[in-house]
Amino acid sequence: MATTTPHPTPVPSADRRPARSPHRSDMELARRSRWAQAQLSWRRHWQLYLLASVPLAYFVIFKYVPMAFNVIAFKDYSPVLGPWGSEWVGLRNFELLFGNPVFLTLLENTVILAGYLVLASFPIPILLALALNEIRNGWFKRTVQMVTYAPYFISTVVVVSMTILLLSPRSGIVSTNFLGEPDYFRHIYVWSDVWQTAGYSAVIYMAALAGIDPVLHESAKIDGASRLQRIRHIDLPGLLPTAVIVLILGVGNTMAIGFEKAYLLQNDLNLAQSEIIPTYVYKTGLINADFSMATAVGLFNSVVNLCLLLVVNFAAKKVTGKGLWR
Amino acid sequence: MSLFTSKLLRNGPSATRVREPLGDRIFLLVVKLMLTVMLLVVLAPLVFIVANSFSSAEAVNAGRVKFWPVEFSLHAYEVALSNSQVLQGYYNSLIYAVAGTLISVTLTVAIAYPLSRKTFFGRNVIMTALIFTMLFSGGLIPTYMVVQNLGMLNTRWALLIPGAIGVWQVIIARTFFANSIPDELFEAASLDGASEIRVLRSVVLPLSKPLLAVLALMYTIYQWNTYFDALVYLKDPDLFPLQIVLRNMLILNSTRPGAEDLAQQLEQMQLVSVLRYALIVVSSLPVLLIYPFIARHFTKGVMVGAVKG
Repeated sequence: MATTTPHPTPVPSADRRPARSPHRSDMELARRSRWAQAQLSWRRHWQLYLLASVPLAYFVIFKYVPMAFNVIAFKDYSPVLGPWGSEWVGLRNFELLFGNPVFLTLLENTVILAGYLVLASFPIPILLALALNEIRNGWFKRTVQMVTYAPYFISTVVVVSMTILLLSPRSGIVSTNFLGEPDYFRHIYVWSDVWQTAGYSAVIYMAALAGIDPVLHESAKIDGASRLQRIRHIDLPGLLPTAVIVLILGVGNTMAIGFEKAYLLQNDLNLAQSEIIPTYVYKTGLINADFSMATAVGLFNSVVNLCLLLVVNFAAKKVTGKGLWR
Repeated sequence: MSLFTSKLLRNGPSATRVREPLGDRIFLLVVKLMLTVMLLVVLAPLVFIVANSFSSAEAVNAGRVKFWPVEFSLHAYEVALSNSQVLQGYYNSLIYAVAGTLISVTLTVAIAYPLSRKTFFGRNVIMTALIFTMLFSGGLIPTYMVVQNLGMLNTRWALLIPGAIGVWQVIIARTFFANSIPDELFEAASLDGASEIRVLRSVVLPLSKPLLAVLALMYTIYQWNTYFDALVYLKDPDLFPLQIVLRNMLILNSTRPGAEDLAQQLEQMQLVSVLRYALIVVSSLPVLLIYPFIARHFTKGVMVGAVKG
């Protein structure tokens, strides 16, 4: 390692100058040196640019073009005229949406379901990781880990089918029709999710626990600290940064709560609580073919979600000293 | 000091382990009890499903099966595996999983590798643009319109292309390349006159097998388990992946009866409920078979992502 000398990197001359108010010629120089950098990079990596062009085209076509197509939220979309040719209607779709009493129910269902999910799925993986961390490596630990991790890889369709089979009065082990009761929908959604993901989420905490310096535990042991005291004063503080990030990410995902499961668990009887924004977008857009309205609802959802993420990232920076990205 | 204690630990439990105080031993017992409860809670539904799938139709319909097969029977599996819809779904899902994984891994490497090179001009701008798509999505309907305009609706391409690249996977791959391929390697290779593509093919990729395994597993599981794209983009039942077939049979109860007389119909209705349990097992089997690999590799992937989110 000692023999590798840092190879001389050409420092742009603009950076070397003593700091003073940004002069026109300085900015010109900086701009030119960026241009020179780009040219150098192209000469050196032109094959990589060609390679990257295909995935870049993918992102433009399937991610950025759809963002542009959101204009139809402000139009009366007609497939014949296309997204650009259709007639502008201003904010009419949004006025209709916000004036619709269904909207408040949708918003309420979405936010409550997501909030419940974040809160319920937060403590159990931590508990699981702490418990696994206490016991010795051996067949029992391995078994618990393998089994609790497994449901994560079962498909949503299968998990929902299992839930329905277990909870239906005819075939299952209970006698109430839980799925027909709107009041049970959230509990079923959230706890089947906890069942599926607790083992997977625990892995992240296990890694954080593995990163705690063992010397801390050893010296605490010598000082006569009990296991519970060591969890309380060493493990929990060690988990805190990870836990904050997980919680914050969960809050940031409120509006992005999954369509897949809610749609599968839905039936005519529990619709009062199971209809959330994503399922409503799907039905309005693809079943009733009202593209403009569905896009307006979707756009509202995306914008709220983006704002939430920005707020949450700001909070994360305040609490942990660094943001979720950059 | 740490040297001393770690040596102590290495000497094994029997030789030097100090007996723990009573409080700690009780605590450990409580912990183990709690873990056992968690284990059973996760395991019970799985065992219930498997036990039912191996039982006779009468026992299942009477609700007599709990956690062990009653009147052991493979009839449900025979019916499930001879159903043309299920077989077609299996076949389609295999195609989607194999082709989708190939496409996805190739495209992910094609963007992640250039972005991992420090001298690749524009890498920060491109990365920001990719991450932005995680924060703000175009939405269901606008994406549907793009797929429609490309003429992909109701073709296999609709399941292979629109969801081909995951930004998360790009981040994982980029982090791997940046951290595990030393820069000196690139200099040596370029001194030898190797082209960039050649360096990627004969130096970087052979060193990146663990990464390729993680990516392939992630995309395969995704393709096998997802049903959303198929629900939105496909109408032709011959193209349906297994998950859609399952949904129609398990959740919408739309098994085609095709029985002539009442007795036969009744028998079939009885069979349907056992069939559900068998279908759950059959459809999860491929994932279960690769689960040991997943458990090993997936964790690493999750970690890479977690370290550098």
